[in-house]
Amino acid sequence: MRRDYTAKGVILSRRFFFMSIRILAFGIAREICNSSTIDVVFDENITVEVLKALLVAQYPALKQLTSFMIAVNGEYAQASAVISANDEVAIIPPVSGG
Amino acid sequence: MKDIQITEHSIDIASCINRVMAPDVGGIDVFIGTVRNETRGKKVLWLEFEVYEDMAIKEMNSIAEVIMIQWPVHSIVIHHRIGKLQVGEVPVVIAVSAAHRDAAFDACRYAIDALKQTVPIWKKEFFEDGAVWVAAHP
Repeated sequence: MRRDYTAKGVILSRRFFFMSIRILAFGIAREICNSSTIDVVFDENITVEVLKALLVAQYPALKQLTSFMIAVNGEYAQASAVISANDEVAIIPPVSGG
Repeated sequence: MKDIQITEHSIDIASCINRVMAPDVGGIDVFIGTVRNETRGKKVLWLEFEVYEDMAIKEMNSIAEVIMIQWPVHSIVIHHRIGKLQVGEVPVVIAVSAAHRDAAFDACRYAIDALKQTVPIWKKEFFEDGAVWVAAHP
């Protein structure tokens, strides 16, 4: 999951770069995480795909869901989308409105 | 015209219909969702709806915009209620008006189907022996 860094410059930037994101959790995801917000700290930019894997590792019950999506700034995000420091990120379990 | 709302209060069905009425309209299609008293033979006591409001409003607006492009409709209203609802109460009303009925029928059907697929609203059913988030598990 983590890339193998060899260039010195990248290692330095990793050492000094920390990003904290507050993730919103709704519906059954809120119950699984036992909170409507989760704070996660990264030392590099991560993709939606990596975030989902980290969340599943932390909260295995998420894997039992039919599916779950990640929304970034109020829109469904692709697996390859990169999350930035000021993004609003949310866990979207299967929707059931109507 | 489109009118998208999420509310904690009961939805006024008549005013949804009035919103889409106009002299150049030849028909109005209305979908009214209601809380059913059972699911797979189990008695439902009440429902609770939760929403990610900013995103839900965006998604509902984009459904209305797709409809405006795809069908010759005059106006569309989508109102969704959240919070605790009793059996027989109304969580959603969609009203679509058009010059001719085909567009109104097709657009209204599309609107409720799309809403159920994409809008971040979650429904929890409360039974006598517990509660279940609808569609959460396979």
